[in-house]
Amino acid sequence: MNATLRKLFSFNGGVKPASNKTESNREPIVPLEAVPLPPQFVVPLHQSVGGIPQPLVQAGDKVLKGQRIGGATGAYSSAIHAPTSGTVLAVEPRLMAHTSGLTMLSVVIEPDGRDEWIELTPPDWRNMDGDTLRDYLRDAGVVGLGGAVFPSHMKLRQDRSTPMHTLVINGAECEPFITCDDLLMRERAADVLRGIIIIRTLLDAKEVAIGIEDNKPEAVAAMQAAIAANGDATIHAVAVPTRYPAGGAKQLIRVLTGIEVPHGERSTSYGVQCFNVGTAYAIYQALELGRPMISRILTVAGNVEHPRNYEVRFGTPMDFIARQAGLKPNTDAFIMGGPMMGFRMPALDVPVVKAANCIIASSPALFPPPPPEMACIRCGACARACPTDLQPFEMYWHARSKNFGKVQEFNLFDCIECGCCAFVCPSHIPLVDYYRFAKTEIWDRERKKNAADEARVRFEARNERAEREKREKAEKLAARTAAARATLITEGDSAAAAAPTAAPAAAATATASTEVDPKKALIEAAIARAKAKKAAAATAESTSAAPATQASETAAPTSGTEPTSKE
Amino acid sequence: MLTALIIMAGLAILIGASLGFAAIKFKVEGDPLVDKIDAILPQTQCGQCGFPGCKPYATAMANGEADINRCPPGGEEGIRKLADLLGREFKELNAENGVEKPKSVAFVDEQRCIGCTLCLQACPVDAIAGAAKQMHTIIGSLCTGCELCIAPCPVTCITMEPVQETVDTWKWRYPTFQLTPVATRTAA
Repeated sequence: MNATLRKLFSFNGGVKPASNKTESNREPIVPLEAVPLPPQFVVPLHQSVGGIPQPLVQAGDKVLKGQRIGGATGAYSSAIHAPTSGTVLAVEPRLMAHTSGLTMLSVVIEPDGRDEWIELTPPDWRNMDGDTLRDYLRDAGVVGLGGAVFPSHMKLRQDRSTPMHTLVINGAECEPFITCDDLLMRERAADVLRGIIIIRTLLDAKEVAIGIEDNKPEAVAAMQAAIAANGDATIHAVAVPTRYPAGGAKQLIRVLTGIEVPHGERSTSYGVQCFNVGTAYAIYQALELGRPMISRILTVAGNVEHPRNYEVRFGTPMDFIARQAGLKPNTDAFIMGGPMMGFRMPALDVPVVKAANCIIASSPALFPPPPPEMACIRCGACARACPTDLQPFEMYWHARSKNFGKVQEFNLFDCIECGCCAFVCPSHIPLVDYYRFAKTEIWDRERKKNAADEARVRFEARNERAEREKREKAEKLAARTAAARATLITEGDSAAAAAPTAAPAAAATATASTEVDPKKALIEAAIARAKAKKAAAATAESTSAAPATQASETAAPTSGTEPTSKE
Repeated sequence: MLTALIIMAGLAILIGASLGFAAIKFKVEGDPLVDKIDAILPQTQCGQCGFPGCKPYATAMANGEADINRCPPGGEEGIRKLADLLGREFKELNAENGVEKPKSVAFVDEQRCIGCTLCLQACPVDAIAGAAKQMHTIIGSLCTGCELCIAPCPVTCITMEPVQETVDTWKWRYPTFQLTPVATRTAA
């Protein structure tokens, strides 16, 4: 009821691509237990934003389903778990689900077929303090399932200055082909709602708005039924107009609350936080059932016989799960994500990761190669389509000419890479490719600049240290020379008393020439003492033993000072 | 006439005094041009330019004593930036100073290292950890790839390893349109 009464807002721009959702949303989700186990799981250790988890297992280890195999490094990281019980075959770099075709340290697990869980103990999250709870979620590997895979525990901080007034739950699912959130809400609305209530309790939000695009009436109805059963009047399931990209966090916040989050700021500063429905479900599983995140709902669509949704374990090869849906042989690649923002995978057997909400089997017939790029005719269609109110054509010109300073002036980093501009471009310019190129190029320059700055600091610190050491050494030696000279004069006198034959003359020359040349005097005194020592040793072996040692003691530092006096 | 002279003289004294005051008050420490040039240089501190570090080279360039094409790690892009800043013509990198190479970091073969500390003394950025008769190792994240540690090593246990691309450092390629050859029509 609330849904119809709520005032909705609108964002600028956006497009309406063909939704292609009916192919995969007619069949129910194939549950986790019904999906056969692949012969091998390849679980990449890096599946979320933040620090790369450290492997906790090695080849030959037996693991249980849900056992932690990658430990989070630091607060801004998230753990990785074994998708089934079995044996670790290797911990080695494997091709990852990334356009670059680069490898990532992965844990290769051979299932033993028993699919045996570790002991699951649901935590008493209601009585946990914030830090313990966040650590629990981090170790349960819960990350945002909307696509950005941002560690969820980082978003569940209560200690913020602005009180949270609205929790926005993102069930918009605006990209074509994808139906995983739709099916999740239809089939597991009660559990999703439990997760939402947990998040709401943790964030202490006054109101909850679940935004669902109005092309998913069944999901809206299911969520509204769950809310009605729960009886909470502050939670609303709201049907929002279907317009891509309504599922962008800032766009959905705008539609539901009317708040436009400004450039460089976060929605939390305005008392709004956004979570995906899949994340809410994962948080429910982690905190109410004690289950770490080992699987997600995944839409398999495109060039397959039976497009539908599967609850897939992370690490399952994409071609394995696509074959369950009847993969057609002329498939040339998989696209992870939707057709607007998705990424082309480097191979067919890359593993399903936490970020994968959909895999679209692509064929030349389904996604023909793009028509040739033509010159920009300055029509401005991209600017009208841009949901973040940017000027895509300006950014394109500057990115194309590699003028990275200028492209940042046009707020390149506010671009969410939704692809609306490229979708409407009459010249078929792959605009987003230019922005992605510019973004990574700018990041690279920043990294290099930071490295150079650090090198400069270290180089200067080293030079300073070298100079200081040199100065200190010189000072020390000067002090020692002075001390040696002082002792020399007194020692010379005592040596003169001890060795009566040779010393008087030596002492006389020493005292006489001190005023003339101290250096010479030092050398002469040393020679004299050596002579005196020799003479004393020769004449009276038994009686002169003590003075001789004394002389040799003083001779040692004197010889040491000689190089200094030369400086 | 006299009033005009007094006013003019008074103004001259006033403006002169304020200019003099401003020169003392807002005195610029160091040479800002040197810092600007230094910011462009890659801070490898390799000495391939013939100067003992990036700052001395920057100073020499600011004084017009050195050419802008003597920094191999900065590469062509660095020369272009220097040419822009200093208003000079772009020049190809001087081959006598070296060639532009992909970024590498030094690597110590720990089996062969004898712990002589010679590389520690050669490293301009203190990126080598070790002590006398202890194995040395290079802190990869701090290494600038200057190669100054290679020559002093008596057992040649230091090699340069190119930095591998990771997902975090990977860059999108510049968009290019793939030309597909049209099937040639055979003459009828």
